[in-house]
Amino acid sequence: MKCKKCGSKASVNMRQHKLALCKEHYLEWVPEQTARFIKKYEMFTHHEKILVAVSGGKDSLGLWDILVRLGYQADGLYLGLGIDEGINYSHKSQRLAQKYADERQLKLHVVDIEKEYGQPIPVLADKSHRGYGKPCAVCGLAKRHEMNRVARDLGYDVLATGHNLDDEAAVLFGNTLAWASEFLLRQGPVLPSSDGLARKVKPLCRFYEREMTAYCLLRGIEYIYEECPFAEGSQSIYYKELLNQLETARPGAKLTFYLRFLEARKTGELFIEKNREQAHLHPCPKCGQPTSTDDLCSFCRMIEKVNAEIEV
Amino acid sequence: MTVKLILRDREYEVKPGMTLLDSLKKINVLSESVIATREGEMILDDEILRDGDVVKLIAVISGGSCRCEG
Repeated sequence: MKCKKCGSKASVNMRQHKLALCKEHYLEWVPEQTARFIKKYEMFTHHEKILVAVSGGKDSLGLWDILVRLGYQADGLYLGLGIDEGINYSHKSQRLAQKYADERQLKLHVVDIEKEYGQPIPVLADKSHRGYGKPCAVCGLAKRHEMNRVARDLGYDVLATGHNLDDEAAVLFGNTLAWASEFLLRQGPVLPSSDGLARKVKPLCRFYEREMTAYCLLRGIEYIYEECPFAEGSQSIYYKELLNQLETARPGAKLTFYLRFLEARKTGELFIEKNREQAHLHPCPKCGQPTSTDDLCSFCRMIEKVNAEIEV
Repeated sequence: MTVKLILRDREYEVKPGMTLLDSLKKINVLSESVIATREGEMILDDEILRDGDVVKLIAVISGGSCRCEG
């Protein structure tokens, strides 16, 4: 497969865009697209201070890398969660986040949950009896709380997270299965600031997860490859696998699912019942059944078309 | 006469001469869920795998339920 821009051997193929690129052009394309999304969704400007939530994983490090390359004032925030589970998970992820920052002379704020609140996340989860035996609910709660606190305390204008399209599509899928209207109406690339809450943005929300992996590999960013030990068997991973099955058969399905949702949310089509009277239904002049068209209904038009074809 | 595919701590063997995509189908791995590298270079679905090739598959899916709430 050839790079669409220069014709040399492609390294990445994005079937949903019908676009294959070589390493050089892919590494140009990703920041260009990110800049486009930041502008399109009015996430932030070059005058604002951005705090990037950095976990040591591919998405957050990739995001930090892109924002800095685009010239934004972006500092990092690492939250030490105290997850060990025999693989030293938090220690390793912190080391990689710090290494990335040090090598590029970037500022990384580090907050250790155990030092701040006396216990690491697994203990907080256990003692608080939240989350049905898994610390993920408490972990999410603590992360949201601390990210907002640090952003506010240190005067950052906006908090950026590395959520990619697969993350967003999986959340959307879960919320759609449950028809969780409140969550659906809140999901989007930007969560505006409100009293005491910093603006939250997701500049990678239109990149597939594999695109962010490719970006880090091609850019030479060392990230934590091991999964959080508590993520195994999680619902979000299950949904991502299901959506990838769909994507394999129908390239672009994940992107369409997410983008059409955003459109529907923006135009107010979600959960608002259309006024039937406003639909202006008329009786079809041929069969008498109601139709929204001024002339024949779709069925009668189809039959007429078929008959006309047969007669020819 | 084999091609070796490695995904995390698992190893698979397939016959040479197949494309990467066909090899992934053979071992029931979705192409969407991995990135394949050979000798450190990323390779695409249409790449023909040769005898003796060692292909490292990098899983791209990550995130536990904590990410759902982001």
